[in-house]
Amino acid sequence: MADPIHQFELKTIATVGHIGNMPIVLTQSSVYMIGAVLAITLFILLGTSGRRLVPSRFQSMVELSYEFVAGTVRSSAGTEGMKFFPLVFSLFMFILILNLIGMVPYSFTVTSHIIITFALAAIVILTVIIYGFMAHGTHFLGLFVPSGVPAWLLPLMVAIEVISFVSRPISLSVRLFANMLAGHIALKIFAGFVPALLAAGAWGLLAPLPLALTIALTALEMLVAVLQAYVFATLTSIYLNDALHPGH
Amino acid sequence: MAQPVQTSTGAPAPGGHGGGFPPFDSHSFGSQLVFFAIAFGVLYVLMSRFALPRVAGILEARHKSVENDIEAAAKMKAETDAAIAAYEKALMEAKGRAQTIAGETRDRLAAETDAKRKKLESELAQKLTDAEKTIAASKAAAMANVAQIAGDAAEAIIKQVTGEAAPRATVDAAVAKAV
Repeated sequence: MADPIHQFELKTIATVGHIGNMPIVLTQSSVYMIGAVLAITLFILLGTSGRRLVPSRFQSMVELSYEFVAGTVRSSAGTEGMKFFPLVFSLFMFILILNLIGMVPYSFTVTSHIIITFALAAIVILTVIIYGFMAHGTHFLGLFVPSGVPAWLLPLMVAIEVISFVSRPISLSVRLFANMLAGHIALKIFAGFVPALLAAGAWGLLAPLPLALTIALTALEMLVAVLQAYVFATLTSIYLNDALHPGH
Repeated sequence: MAQPVQTSTGAPAPGGHGGGFPPFDSHSFGSQLVFFAIAFGVLYVLMSRFALPRVAGILEARHKSVENDIEAAAKMKAETDAAIAAYEKALMEAKGRAQTIAGETRDRLAAETDAKRKKLESELAQKLTDAEKTIAASKAAAMANVAQIAGDAAEAIIKQVTGEAAPRATVDAAVAKAV
């Protein structure tokens, strides 16, 4: 049966240089990322090339994605949060497009690598921390001190708040990574059952079962691909709201 | 080509997973991060500098256009309302004026008719009195004639009966007494 892990292997295309002792390797993952950036940019630029007052279908798609993300940011982080809109939009589209490209058979899913999702989460958390301190100075630390808590309970509450804050980048990155990884493994395993059963004589009669399951799983994974991008954008907006309004 | 990423030494780094599970292969992290930083950085710049302002511009333009249209419609409606109000006012004024004119005309005509009627009545009264005077004069004249005729007749009758003429003055007095 096909190895379900094989699809996550990085394939070297070229070694472009070294940083210290570390080789910098162009892999298919890098190509997918660059391709996604190009696809997103072309999607928006071509979609808006008409600048129509009454949008075409294509332009409507672009506007829809714009307003969808803008609505997410505005509802979670308020109008002030719109200064982070380009960041949230970039994150949303980057994750969405890479997730969807990953659904194409034989393609590679960039977001199934923890380092990429962690880097995405790190961008969010670093933005929160840096903006938080720049805008509010030490008041930003008030984020960790809930108001209206008795003094004897404060150390415990602060510890809990700190742990919850630190776990945010972890949960943010692991949620996306694990969803994509698990989904693709499950898909591969069930799809792998089909040729395995067909090759096993009379067992071949059962082959439509895993095939049907694979189709159902594909639909589910499409949903997950979109949903995870949305969840990431929503959580990003909520965390950015903390940077804007650190007081509880 | 088409080989799992390996470090230049090929030896697994301490704590690394060797080439077991690709997503946890820390040897690839550096390369992935470098290309991720480039790709995402470029995407962010393209989005924030070019793509999103463009979409925002389109949405803004539409918003403005719709707002302008609504404003223009509201202005036109106000103009229409004003025109209707002006028309109604003019209509009321015209009605009022028409009524005044009608009233004046009626009064004037009534006065004229009245005057004419009075003039006619006075003329008729004048004619009536004149006629009455004429009748009275005629009557008086007739009565005088009647006395004369009666006198003559009486004189003649007396002459026939008595055979002698009576004095005229006595006959006239007796006639006047009888008539």
